[in-house]
Amino acid sequence: MSPATGPVVWAGSKPFPRAARTQLAKSEQRATLNRVTHQIRRKRAVVVGERDDWEELRRAGEQIKTRVLRHLDIYLEQAERSLVAAGVTVHWATDADHANRIVHALVKETGETEIVKIKSMVTAEIGLNEFLAQRGITAVETDLAELIVQLADDLPSHIVVPAIHRNRREIREIFAEHLPGAPDTLTDEPSELARQARRHLRERFLRAKVAVSGANFVVADTGTLCIVESEGNGRMCLTLPQRLISVVGIEKVIPTFADLEVFLQLLPRSSTGERMNPYTSLWTGVTPGDGPQDLHVVFLDNGRTDALADPVGRQALRCIRCSACLNSCPVYEKTGGHAYGSVYPGPIGAILTPQLRGMDDPVDRALPFASSLCGACYEVCPVRINIPQVLTHLRAKAVEHDRVHGRHHLERLVFRAVAKAFDDDDLYATGLGLGLPVAHRVAGSDGIHWLPLAGAGWTKSRDLPRPPQRSFRDWWSDQGLDAAGGGSIS
Amino acid sequence: MRVALFITCVNDAMFPDTGKATLAILRRLGQDVAFPMAQSCCGQPHFNTGYQTEALPLVRRFVRAFDGYDIVVSPSASCVSMVHENFAQLASLSGDASLQSDVAALVPRVLELSQLLVDVMGVDDVGAYFPYTVTYHPACHGLRLLRLGDRYPSLLAATEGITLLDLPDAQECCGFGGTFSVKNADTSSAMVQSKVDNVLATGAQVMVTTDNSCLLNIAGALVRRTRAIRTMHVAEILATTRTGGESWRDAAPALARSSA
Repeated sequence: MSPATGPVVWAGSKPFPRAARTQLAKSEQRATLNRVTHQIRRKRAVVVGERDDWEELRRAGEQIKTRVLRHLDIYLEQAERSLVAAGVTVHWATDADHANRIVHALVKETGETEIVKIKSMVTAEIGLNEFLAQRGITAVETDLAELIVQLADDLPSHIVVPAIHRNRREIREIFAEHLPGAPDTLTDEPSELARQARRHLRERFLRAKVAVSGANFVVADTGTLCIVESEGNGRMCLTLPQRLISVVGIEKVIPTFADLEVFLQLLPRSSTGERMNPYTSLWTGVTPGDGPQDLHVVFLDNGRTDALADPVGRQALRCIRCSACLNSCPVYEKTGGHAYGSVYPGPIGAILTPQLRGMDDPVDRALPFASSLCGACYEVCPVRINIPQVLTHLRAKAVEHDRVHGRHHLERLVFRAVAKAFDDDDLYATGLGLGLPVAHRVAGSDGIHWLPLAGAGWTKSRDLPRPPQRSFRDWWSDQGLDAAGGGSIS
Repeated sequence: MRVALFITCVNDAMFPDTGKATLAILRRLGQDVAFPMAQSCCGQPHFNTGYQTEALPLVRRFVRAFDGYDIVVSPSASCVSMVHENFAQLASLSGDASLQSDVAALVPRVLELSQLLVDVMGVDDVGAYFPYTVTYHPACHGLRLLRLGDRYPSLLAATEGITLLDLPDAQECCGFGGTFSVKNADTSSAMVQSKVDNVLATGAQVMVTTDNSCLLNIAGALVRRTRAIRTMHVAEILATTRTGGESWRDAAPALARSSA
């Protein structure tokens, strides 16, 4: 077991409340996020609504993943045997640094200084591009949105659409400034921008000798890897180079080829709101004379076995990275992905990041609180991850971490005192009886416009109503109503 | 059928009229209600903020307070969800087998007001009168955890004189989330502004929802923009009648000698 190392969380990230404040001030980004998240939500709702068996599909996805996690050791060993039999070299990496060193050695062996990459969350998680760059190797991102982020030296803010926070005007500016050979006459027409990206990427595809990918699924009984994508640029990476290195989280394995049936229905509908994604690539080992002749798979732990050890938290490992929870989340919609400080943003990021890394960093301890617990994420999750349940579970872990390390004494005291008062007949009733008339008088007819300390965040944008003169229980007693009755006369 | 009212701490302290409205509706339909004084808070603020151990005594108290009633009814979808979603987990955390069995027996009997009205009492019209334009916000826990569905919209639609107006993006959270609204006040504020924009866009005279905690948030932000829109708990509309108006706010209505 090894906690995640390396940049799952970006250096310099601030805890969510502060980071969110910075992001909330970006009005153009707010408008873009609002438009795009609502668009994807609508598309998803349409294609999900077409399926009578959607709930059964979700349950099937949940059950397959749960079975894999329960017997992960067996399925991983089976996957390794199948991969080796198909001619693939299998490597095992305990953490980010380990995986980076394996990939670097494999690239260095070829003498290449430029590689092409398929968009992959796991290589972002381990900070592979930066690791290679420090050693003189340029990793070219070939997913259009990932390319935009890379050219702008920006950070991704979404799992499927990393440049979701950019509108076309900004993308034109990024291309004009950073894309080699972009014409002076470049407009912000999407087709024009795509043409320029294609021209740039084609040159790189044709000269690439090494590609790096992730994988959406690894089939244990056949050794098949699967990549699901929209643009076809991934297909280029999977077919043109000589050496293909796939970095795969250990939770990506599924038992049989037939299980793909479930996930290839769940994923595109949940992710981009499409019935089927444009490109699904499957490859099983080396095919002589066709495609890469030298295949490597690097299985990565990086904190996953720690998450697996938690009976409540482990369900996060079912995630198939569809982003439906991001697109449906009212918090994500307002703050965008950068506020989460992690390559994994949104509700899934809020439960995955602290589980991969542990709770020692304030960024990780703040993430489980970055949710109003509205439940929209759980409702859309194609593998039924009960994200609100994991959030409250991790909140308890964060509070426990604070207690052990002697932080937030005041908050703990307040919650204990309130619980004590709620659990004391006299204190609770007397408190309401004496407190309300005072609060009623102090507040005045206009309500409360200002509160100190923790309440200041509330009253910055909201009033509180004038408290009543009497509690419900006092009104009830005054009415002479029976406390213990409640029977029906009918 | 012995029915106990679980008023919730927020309503007890801040919105007693919602409790009076709940009583008025049920009594008008011939169903009397008890109010066990031992009740206080369901522990949701503690549980959701990570203080699970502190929530446990409140689970025990809840079980003790409502022991012996056939049904526990509450005008709060969120607190009822807390009971349904988390009491079993908290009881198992305690390792106390008798608490676990008490919780298992009690939880299914804890109902949100509209569940009692529609599912148990079979009511589709509570005889309310409310001649105003109204927009309804389905608060998250009633919507997604209890799946209240169209229970309230149909009870509202049966109200005489009412005009219901659709709330745009109705299913989106208002940003309350208990301590979320304090710990992440800026994000919460951004969320509630969107909710307020949507409420204003309806042009309704009155906005209602199932939970006064969410209403605390929405009304608190709304009132800074306009005082022209009234906010109410949905039970307060259903309690209002043509003959009695809102007189239920002043005194407990008599129990109807219903033959239903």
